[in-house]
Amino acid sequence: MEVKSGEFRKVAAATMTDPRLQEALDGVYTGFYKGRIVQALTTDRWEEQREQGRAIKAHVIENLDYYLGMFTENVEKNGGHVYFAANAAEAARYVVDLAKSRGVKTVIKSKSMVSEEMGLNNVLEAAGVEPVETDLGEYIIQLAREAPYHIIAPAIHKSKEQVADLLAPQSGGQKVEEIAALTRQAREQLRPVFQRADMGVTGVNFAVAESGSVVIVTNEGNGRMATSAPRIHMACMGMEKVIPSVRDLALFLRILIRSATGQRISNYVSMINGPRRPDEHDGPDEFHLVIVDNGRLRLLADPALREALYCIRCGACMNACPVYRKVGGHSYGWVYPGPIGAVVTPAMTGLKQAKDLPFASSLCGACREACPVKIDLPRMLLELRSQAVEGTAGNIKHQPEARNPEGPAERLVWRAWRFGMGGRMRFDLGARLARVALLPVARRGWLKKAPGPASGWTTSRDFPLPAARSFRSRFKRVKRAAARERTMGGGHGA
Amino acid sequence: MLFVTCLVDQMAPQVGESVVRVLERLGVEVSFPRSQTCCGQPAFNSGYRADARPVAKRFLDVFEGDDLIVTPSGSCAAMVRNFYPELFHDDPKLLARARRTGERVWEFSEFIVDVLGRSDLGGRLEGSATYHKCCHLLRELGVDRQPEALLKGVKGLELRSLSRAEVCCGFGGTFSVKMADISTAMMNEKLDSVQATGARMLIAGDAGCIMHMQGGLRRRGQDTEVVHIAQLLDRATVRPTP
Repeated sequence: MEVKSGEFRKVAAATMTDPRLQEALDGVYTGFYKGRIVQALTTDRWEEQREQGRAIKAHVIENLDYYLGMFTENVEKNGGHVYFAANAAEAARYVVDLAKSRGVKTVIKSKSMVSEEMGLNNVLEAAGVEPVETDLGEYIIQLAREAPYHIIAPAIHKSKEQVADLLAPQSGGQKVEEIAALTRQAREQLRPVFQRADMGVTGVNFAVAESGSVVIVTNEGNGRMATSAPRIHMACMGMEKVIPSVRDLALFLRILIRSATGQRISNYVSMINGPRRPDEHDGPDEFHLVIVDNGRLRLLADPALREALYCIRCGACMNACPVYRKVGGHSYGWVYPGPIGAVVTPAMTGLKQAKDLPFASSLCGACREACPVKIDLPRMLLELRSQAVEGTAGNIKHQPEARNPEGPAERLVWRAWRFGMGGRMRFDLGARLARVALLPVARRGWLKKAPGPASGWTTSRDFPLPAARSFRSRFKRVKRAAARERTMGGGHGA
Repeated sequence: MLFVTCLVDQMAPQVGESVVRVLERLGVEVSFPRSQTCCGQPAFNSGYRADARPVAKRFLDVFEGDDLIVTPSGSCAAMVRNFYPELFHDDPKLLARARRTGERVWEFSEFIVDVLGRSDLGGRLEGSATYHKCCHLLRELGVDRQPEALLKGVKGLELRSLSRAEVCCGFGGTFSVKMADISTAMMNEKLDSVQATGARMLIAGDAGCIMHMQGGLRRRGQDTEVVHIAQLLDRATVRPTP
């Protein structure tokens, strides 16, 4: 997918002034966010499970070659074919080449974020193959020709009316209103596609190393359909998705689903262990798996950013993020929005075009609190800010294009700040001088317009004048009075 | 030792004064190392670690010793406790000093409840109030039950529940200026919640968040008073002069 993160501020501004989008985004708090909290409170040893999930992921990522090796071996033992793709383009090419070589005319897709990285639908269309999304949200945005707004609920920004307008043309212009009717309409549109599809492309929620199983969770059953009806199943996964054992799967399913939507478990959980066996009736003839790097190795190589690979793609961080809930999914400009998007987009696609993303955070920590595997997202945002300033991206030092363009002016500001904080007298003097300078434009101790780089403050807030007397100048007097109060004794209080 | 913070020192000294009065009333001998300036957080949060480091090192020098350090700021306490090790990770000597100093740093409400073992200060203050949970205090330090206990201990104070109290107010340091429109949108959601409580007073634990919300309330023409928890406890425990 094309990276449009450079438009962050513009898209964010437009989103924040759209009351309909704001209402839809508010639903993320009342729905998914609250749902996760309920699950956390009603799940035995929830915190312990988060710790364990994190520990398992950390172990896998530290030994990724070993577990990927085990996983691949077992997939092949099960009769599957594995292809390692260095980047999104290579991965897409493998899928298209296979489709063409097998005479595939229609591809049905179950949701796959990595296939969004690949821009797979566009590549398939260009090659004359018809891709149709079967996750209702993905289907809606495919019809709208838009990028996903959220990794779990890609069409969360679409209203009922907008969905009705998008579905109508596929039903000969017949427009329905009710949600149940809209769902039925989508089902009727997709049913024949399921029946004629030659290949099903899915994502992978978890790749179990010890059994070579690919695990997919859906609420609509489209994952089940896409992996049994067509004659070929093509699964796409990021290389970090592997977990050691089936036993670990139980824990991960629990923390994934409960963190993602606040459900106890999703409606469908499918474990795929290769293609149909000779003695089986149902299932695809062929099973292919594309394992994608596309910048993940760069994350792996940077110890400060490595834990971004622990992500199990639940979306809890964006549900918890007060910034995401204002700016929406399209502002982030790539596949992954919210806090995880703010980390992986610059790290995987390049800091220069995504330079605003690590700064679009108040560092409130809600994301880390929400994450089922306790990824320290704020720490990584801080790391990326440091990399943006120092001009080091990942482990590539002194990348000139990674340097912050506001650099020189900003650098001077912080140099001056450092000087000002370097001694008590210059610190105090600096503040006193600021007060004197601002006094003429202040009214009753408040400024309506702050100077210079601080002017953004006063677009919506009054700015206070530095105090007439600093604390340090009053300490002795306050202390004496407090001591006097104590020796006088009596009265209520301490 | 009082670590009053750069913001309180110059912009909101009344908060520092309240801290001194409340702690002295509780029998604590408060000292103020006059050389103190800043913990270095603004530069660190903006990615300028090379500039943050000398300021942070100076903090370690100023606050060297065995006395406990108390600060009326969750974010500054978190900077020293949680982020100094990150800042000094490749300097073993400074890392060790940072760790030792971090163990001596306490946020104001945390100090009163967990170190002094007090939550009912015998305070009294009539009026309605609501409490916003500042993010670094809540999530970096894990301090929540302490302010709650202290506020519950004030007789006559009608504490009204703030909807979405745990959601960020939108300050975020330089974020408030760098991403001013997002900061504003978050602020408006917070101040709408505050308005909905009808409380006369808004209480919070960090001067930066207070400055942001107070400035916003003024601009919106809302007359809710914003106070730091230290100021509230000061008012509640003040002895009448004979």
